[in-house]
Amino acid sequence: MNRKVTVRKNLITRLKSVFLGFIVLVPLNFLTFQSALGELRVDITRGTVKPLPIAVTNFIGETQQEIESGQSISGVIRANLERSGLFQAIDNQAFIDVERTLDTVPQFQNWRILNAQALVQGQVTLISNNRMRVQFRLWDVFAQQQMIGQVYTTIGTNWRRISHIVADAIYKRVTGEEGYFDSRIVYIAETGSLMRRIKRLAIMDQDGENHHFLTDGSSLVLTPRFSPNRQEITYMSYHGKVPRVYIFNIDTGRQEVLGDFPGMTFAPRFSPDGNTVIMSMAKDGNTEIYIMDLRTRQAKRLTRHSAIDTSPHYSPNGKYIVFNSDRSGTQQIYIMNAKGKKVKRISFGKGRYATPVWSPRGDLIAFTKMAGGKFYIGVIGVDGKGERLLADGFLVESPTWSPNGRVIMFFREIPKGKLGDKETKIYSIDLTGRNEREIVTPMEASDPAWSPLIP
Amino acid sequence: MRLRNLIYLLAGLFLVGACETMEEKGSAQGIGELKAKSIGELKAKTYGGQVTKKPQGFSITPGSGRDFVVNVGDRVFFAVDKSNLSSEARAMLEKQAAWLKRYGNVNVTIQGHCDERGTREYNLGLGERRANSAKDLLVAMGISPNRIKTISYGKERPAALGHSEASWHQNRRAVTVIAGG
Repeated sequence: MNRKVTVRKNLITRLKSVFLGFIVLVPLNFLTFQSALGELRVDITRGTVKPLPIAVTNFIGETQQEIESGQSISGVIRANLERSGLFQAIDNQAFIDVERTLDTVPQFQNWRILNAQALVQGQVTLISNNRMRVQFRLWDVFAQQQMIGQVYTTIGTNWRRISHIVADAIYKRVTGEEGYFDSRIVYIAETGSLMRRIKRLAIMDQDGENHHFLTDGSSLVLTPRFSPNRQEITYMSYHGKVPRVYIFNIDTGRQEVLGDFPGMTFAPRFSPDGNTVIMSMAKDGNTEIYIMDLRTRQAKRLTRHSAIDTSPHYSPNGKYIVFNSDRSGTQQIYIMNAKGKKVKRISFGKGRYATPVWSPRGDLIAFTKMAGGKFYIGVIGVDGKGERLLADGFLVESPTWSPNGRVIMFFREIPKGKLGDKETKIYSIDLTGRNEREIVTPMEASDPAWSPLIP
Repeated sequence: MRLRNLIYLLAGLFLVGACETMEEKGSAQGIGELKAKSIGELKAKTYGGQVTKKPQGFSITPGSGRDFVVNVGDRVFFAVDKSNLSSEARAMLEKQAAWLKRYGNVNVTIQGHCDERGTREYNLGLGERRANSAKDLLVAMGISPNRIKTISYGKERPAALGHSEASWHQNRRAVTVIAGG
């Protein structure tokens, strides 16, 4: 069972490479080892999933720097997989005789004894010009088969992205679903007294690392959202005491007010093709939904009703818009087509419904619900059927979908102390309603928005 | 007894000052409340201590923001999710209109606010509705719309902290702020 198979050394050059930004991906040759056992797979659509025990070894290296990079990369991969709730990383202290090379089939009995179902091995090689090569293999320990083998080449400062991309590859291979680890969160960092809250635009990787502030807190900012290519953020700012929708370019740091509207503009989101921003404008006591074409800079009104029409969000195919309106007397969720016609109410449960967000898969709408003095985060079918509540609290609000539609982030306010204080934090929860986790941020945090994956 | 009265007055003045720094424009109602609640505490601390400063009287300039806040009242309140004006709110806005007629060169911004029991974006729309509701009545009372700006803060700038109806009521408000006042 521990037959060794040697891999050809020069495997990289003969394989087709795929560009992922600065990252070059090449599949590693499979180390084949036949087995009659069924393939390792986690079905994440079930309500309860027993986490898959996985051994993520520290990626090996020759030099001290390579070894340290390998440990860091493995740490990020391990943390991602564990946070998904679908994997249980086996303590590295328990490992027996970790392989010192990627070029042999692992000693599977050493991993079976730990009950590891899957094994991740990798190697870091620093090459010239600050470039780094990261190889990894995912093994099915019981079937004794390689499930994936890949090589990535990138600049060294990209090591976190490489780690997320490797974790996404593992997630996809084991669950059959796209991963979501190579993604970012834009959100509002909060400090100071609740009466004069200081709010700043901030951005971080989905695991809370790589954190940056984008604005300095001198103006109140709210409700940021990513553009489809992740390079821009649309949000609302009270800059100069004139509340308007802005676009922030992440590369240049430039902020630009969007359009010349006679009233307050707010609640902006990009269309799926990135060419349009949909938002609300309030004037003379009436809030309507508008779209602004970013190429022609022409604005167009979509709703005509004396109600508050806000929180618009496009379906992934761009053909429909889900939005929030109190035209029935209380806040409810409606769907209309992209021209603003054929308005149809989809929420009919007890309570008020708000902040609808269309799932990237297209089949579900996430929402905030207010009922019986409590707030809930839930999902409902596009046809208005099958409402499920996932999280609740004194106040939970602002759901946002992971790029693969399996996880929802939101924020929660928790009353604290006797002086009316409260604590505001971001959480994530699986679509199954399980695995709720706090996303640790340097300050208090609200209004999270999840980025797409880089295509 | 005279010393004690003096301390009361000083404590009151101190609190008025403190209140002013807490709230953007001060609040007639807030001043009343805080004073009543906190005098007891301060008395315990200062009773028997030496009082050397003489109280300085407020001098309120007629037509100023302070004049408006103290002698008229700068805010009206709304029911949950509503923007229609109660009879109390109408009475307050009529007083505001009378004052604005007397000081015809003064411009105002009406801020619309909501309590924390709603969602952020909807509350921005609701705050705008409330500010306009107040504006519409002032205009109906003969104040030029050119003198009145509106801005919605949604639930972003509460006047009262606390997670009960007593605080939420104070936050569902439209506040008339004198420009430059």
